[in-house]
Amino acid sequence: MENVKVTIDNQTVEVPKGTTIYKAAKQIGIDIPVLCYMELEDIGIENKPGGCRVCSVEVEGRHNLAPACATEVFDGMAVKTHTMRVINARRTIVEFLLSDHPKDCLTCKKSGNCELQDLAIKLGIREIPGQEYAEMSTYKTDYSPSIVRELDKCIMCRRCESMCNDFQTVGALNAINRGFDAAVAPAFEMDLQYSPCTYCGQCVAVCPTGALTEVDHSRDLIDAISDPNTTVVAQTAPAVRAALGEEFGMEPGTLVTGKMVSALRELGFDYVFDTDFAADLTIMEEGHELLDRLNRHLQGDSDVKLPMLTSCCPAWVRFIEHHFPDMKDIPSSARSPQQMFGSIAKTYFADQIETPREKMVVVSVMPCLAKKYESQREEFAEDGNPDVDFSVTTRELAHLIKEANLDLKNLSDDDFDRPMGESTGAGVIFGTTGGVIEAATRTAYELQTGQQLNDQIVFEQLRGFEGIRKANVDFNGTPINIGIAHGLGNARKLLEQIKRGESDFHAIEIMACPGGCIGGGGQPLHHNDTKILKARQQAIYQEDQNKPIRKSHENPQIQKLYKDFLGEPLGQKAHELLHTKYFDLSRKIEIS
Amino acid sequence: MHLLVCGGTGCRASASDSIAESLKEQLHHHNMDHEVQVILTGCFGFCEKGPIVKVLPDNTFYTEVKPEDASDIVAEHLVKGRQVERLLYKAPSGEQVTDSRHMDFYKKQIRIALRNCGFIDPENIDEYIARDGYLALGTVLNEMTPQQVIDQVKESGLRGRGGGGFPAGKKWEFAYKNESDQKYVVCNADEGDPGAFMDRSILEGDPHAVLEAMAICGYATGADQGLIYIRAEYPLAIKRLKIAIEQAREYGLLGQQIFDSHFNFDIQLRYGAGAFVCGEETALIHSMEGERGEPTFKPPYPAQSGYLEKPTNVNNVETYANVPVIINKGPGWFSKIGTQKATGTKVFALAGKVNNVGLIEVPMGTTLREVIFEIGGGIKGGKKFKAVQTGGPSGGCLTEEHLDTPIDFDNLLAVGSMMGSGGMIVMDEDDCMVSVAKFFLEFTVEESCGKCAPCRVGNKRMHELLERITQGKAEKKDLQRLKNMCHVIADTSLCGLGQTAPSPVLSTMENFWDEYVAHVEDQRCPAGSCKELMRYEIIPENCVGCTACARKCPVGAITGERKQVHEIDQDKCIKCGACLDACKFDAVTIK
Amino acid sequence: MGKIKSLEDLKKRKQDLQKKVDLRERADHPEAYVQIKVGMATSGIASGAKEIYDFLVEALEKRNVEAVVTQAGDMGYSYAEPTIEVTKPGEEPVVFGYVTRERADEVIEKYIKRGELVDGILPQNYRTIDDE
Repeated sequence: MENVKVTIDNQTVEVPKGTTIYKAAKQIGIDIPVLCYMELEDIGIENKPGGCRVCSVEVEGRHNLAPACATEVFDGMAVKTHTMRVINARRTIVEFLLSDHPKDCLTCKKSGNCELQDLAIKLGIREIPGQEYAEMSTYKTDYSPSIVRELDKCIMCRRCESMCNDFQTVGALNAINRGFDAAVAPAFEMDLQYSPCTYCGQCVAVCPTGALTEVDHSRDLIDAISDPNTTVVAQTAPAVRAALGEEFGMEPGTLVTGKMVSALRELGFDYVFDTDFAADLTIMEEGHELLDRLNRHLQGDSDVKLPMLTSCCPAWVRFIEHHFPDMKDIPSSARSPQQMFGSIAKTYFADQIETPREKMVVVSVMPCLAKKYESQREEFAEDGNPDVDFSVTTRELAHLIKEANLDLKNLSDDDFDRPMGESTGAGVIFGTTGGVIEAATRTAYELQTGQQLNDQIVFEQLRGFEGIRKANVDFNGTPINIGIAHGLGNARKLLEQIKRGESDFHAIEIMACPGGCIGGGGQPLHHNDTKILKARQQAIYQEDQNKPIRKSHENPQIQKLYKDFLGEPLGQKAHELLHTKYFDLSRKIEIS
Repeated sequence: MHLLVCGGTGCRASASDSIAESLKEQLHHHNMDHEVQVILTGCFGFCEKGPIVKVLPDNTFYTEVKPEDASDIVAEHLVKGRQVERLLYKAPSGEQVTDSRHMDFYKKQIRIALRNCGFIDPENIDEYIARDGYLALGTVLNEMTPQQVIDQVKESGLRGRGGGGFPAGKKWEFAYKNESDQKYVVCNADEGDPGAFMDRSILEGDPHAVLEAMAICGYATGADQGLIYIRAEYPLAIKRLKIAIEQAREYGLLGQQIFDSHFNFDIQLRYGAGAFVCGEETALIHSMEGERGEPTFKPPYPAQSGYLEKPTNVNNVETYANVPVIINKGPGWFSKIGTQKATGTKVFALAGKVNNVGLIEVPMGTTLREVIFEIGGGIKGGKKFKAVQTGGPSGGCLTEEHLDTPIDFDNLLAVGSMMGSGGMIVMDEDDCMVSVAKFFLEFTVEESCGKCAPCRVGNKRMHELLERITQGKAEKKDLQRLKNMCHVIADTSLCGLGQTAPSPVLSTMENFWDEYVAHVEDQRCPAGSCKELMRYEIIPENCVGCTACARKCPVGAITGERKQVHEIDQDKCIKCGACLDACKFDAVTIK
Repeated sequence: MGKIKSLEDLKKRKQDLQKKVDLRERADHPEAYVQIKVGMATSGIASGAKEIYDFLVEALEKRNVEAVVTQAGDMGYSYAEPTIEVTKPGEEPVVFGYVTRERADEVIEKYIKRGELVDGILPQNYRTIDDE
């Protein structure tokens, strides 16, 4: 690669040809402010529309300022990043942006975590000239089951659009209108819930302002816990423990499982359980379903649908329902761990503590926004009483812990309650891409071959961060082809392969978010640093390693559940409580 | 004899279709249909006085013709040989002009891009061929290599006529040198400057010239696909293009193995919804791809990665229209016209307060004075010239002192304006320059795509401040702020639209600073055009108390007894001016 | 018409089509052609100018003379009507009076084609704005 020499603020740096000014400056410790720019290195997404112009710098010999994020360096280029011309331009632009931005920082969900606010603070903006007669663009706030859109706060950075279109290929969000009225919204400015949105929440995860945020359930949670007549049960998803600490200044990748349990108890939950328990249960059902399909296939049944696709990710489920409705019989019929937890909690466990389901509130703590929507799906309720009453995100929980004045760092490590707090390493790795299929493989292998996996419990070939991964696992002579995709764009590629009849996979795991649940839309914001996702992934594998039991079918509480209550995996009761079906949600938009 | 009837959009709107029909009927009536041909042509350019009927070969130029005039034209002029005097063009001096060649409007013009407009029937390929049409394409395919074609275009000095003025030959060469299995030639017909209509007129009056040039460009760059991006609001141009493409295909001038060579080329139309920003080439390409029409950062340039990520050459209509002439007459002939740095001619849409509004084509280097006072016939109503805006919303307002500036790309830039696509709007002493700046900015605010912050928000804020100034609500320090906004928006916007949006404001501030100051310091509009700053007052000495004004006032703002001095309630007054018209004693005045 | 197969083909086609626009081309630059004005005011027409006009247009075309024939108003030579004014490229206009078909024929053959003088030339008595 050819190198070029660039001088930035009188420092010379040699960088490969094609490097942008922004990156070249970063190499020598000059941090040029950016706003719309976003690079998610590990998943290959770069959003550089050159829209905000905050990164404008002076390039010798150029008549106008250059956007550092998009301008490539050339040999002998001389750049100045802090001349008065640059400073004035940057300040004026931020003033422009603020002049069309609501000033409700005090109550904004993103306050303290807002990149626009940070910029305003950094530039020391104290007034916005002409604000008293400046027209503001106003839109109606759109509340969907998972995501709130306040377009008044949109600054047209287009990051959400990159995630929704380039990464997820969902196409729910696009720039609409023009000029001052331009914003990012579903086609025809329809509400998100009528759009093909999957509620994956990746738009929320990257939004620099408060334009896209989660539906907040913290008030519902306070009300539920305050009510002496209800039993409030918590379930926490595996990815939460690997990220919650970040909200309290801990290093990314710090596991806070025990402290999280303490905090939940301190907050007043009656039972603190683990979604990992339900993950183990999922493996029992999904694993058996896979083996059932596989064996029928091996026996020559041509009607059997293979590959089987995992179904724990609700955004992914909604994606197939919207975009590939004709393939809706391919995913496993097993419900997601969140929903399995809810239905078992409100039957099996409710019976145990002799509490009617109406008096029990099941709250899930999730790294996910689609889980909010999933818990509201009609099929997951009995007589209008939902199996999971509502779902809060890692971020909402963190806020609540802070609100309660709890010092997470210094809380003691507590253990989950029983029975539904018992889990295995297999349940834990659900939190990362490749984890569900690894957990399923551990169980399916043993069930199918009748042999114990002792030393080789880790399937390295299933791990990693590549968007699409393939592995071949030898089931004692029967080669099983496994596919893994994270990101719906990657999933789409595999689905199209299946549609064309070119897929030789037996099973495919699909997660909507980058890195799986650890990169969910409800997690602490990574602010474009994808190394954080990798650290969380390591934490998940760490937790797996720490677990005494690492195979779902060996979870004693799961075994007990089947023995006492469910009967056989895929049995009638299991079918009733733990399986579901999918719908055609595609809608044709006709333009007359 | 030939009767040329203008079939441009403007004249058609005034029923030039029925004029042609009536002429044919009359000819039939006089049994002259074999001797006299009626031809519906493209635009004559003299839109001020349309519809136009020109009688050939004697060059009689009838203006503002109505269908019912057909009988006189035929019976008097054709049968009896007497010009119909009442329809003749009258020069501003009042003199009747019997031969169009003597009209000042045409005298200074050299028509290259418009060579066939108002001359041939654009719906008839034979007439184009009769005027050496497709000769250039044939020559190129038979006798030249692509590099030779590029060299000729380079040598001619032809620069892009769409606004940027980038050398066309260089652009072609970029596209030529980028190797690819597929390349495209795009014609930018997304003309969007307010008042500019030269591209439309060329497409309506001489569509084959553009098709031929695109094919030449295709040969030179190695493309076999041509696309014309045209705004859907140009139905007549679209219709004529479709006819032209069909005819060219029929003659084998588009399609496979043109002129028995190995060169294949075909052209399709793509319709735009009329967004100004789609005139920017990257935005145009995105729009053609079905994406949102907004610009993207260059590089990559379209010549590297354009339509469907293939090398694409984009030129505008007028640029292409020059190409066949360059090939036929040679680059040397072309480069002798105009100035050294800007060869050839430029078409301008002359509008505003001049006597002769219309479409003109002059050699580069013609002065603004020649255009406005000779071709344009000076200022309407004998008023005083104040400013001329060139380059549409991207250009600036120039004053008396710039009138002798020879028009070319660099000279206009040097004095704070630009050539743009050739809009030219003349203003007289009644025009308020702050309002003019506001008008143009309103257009940019409306047409901004909204992608980059300075253009999306900044221009809106500038417009709001200009609005305040014209309402007398701004302070002196706001002018400084306005200037700063101009500089930052020009300095940081993503594309040409934003970068040049402040030009009308900057140039009027530069040239008419006092006028801005008068608005903010004295709450006064020197041109007397800002409504909010106007006051109608009654001069007590002149008022006889006739009550005429009070009776005419639609809002009852005027009170006063009969034979007593009247008074205007400024809070009620809506500044409609009815009192001024009603007063016979010059007792109402505007302050 | 069918496809144009070669450059030669195009050039030939152009030759054939030239007439379509000849009149207009010449009108743009009449000074490059022989210009003939036929006095066609009422009195001219009464004395047969229209017939002469038609004859000239036809005869010139037949004999391949590139000329522009226009109608003009009263030329001021009522005594000699019908009158025609002939201007050859680069030469002073010459006015002929009492023009009949035969005389018109003579004007074309002798004056226009060969530059010989013909009887009936009238003295010029006015200027046009062309002369300015």
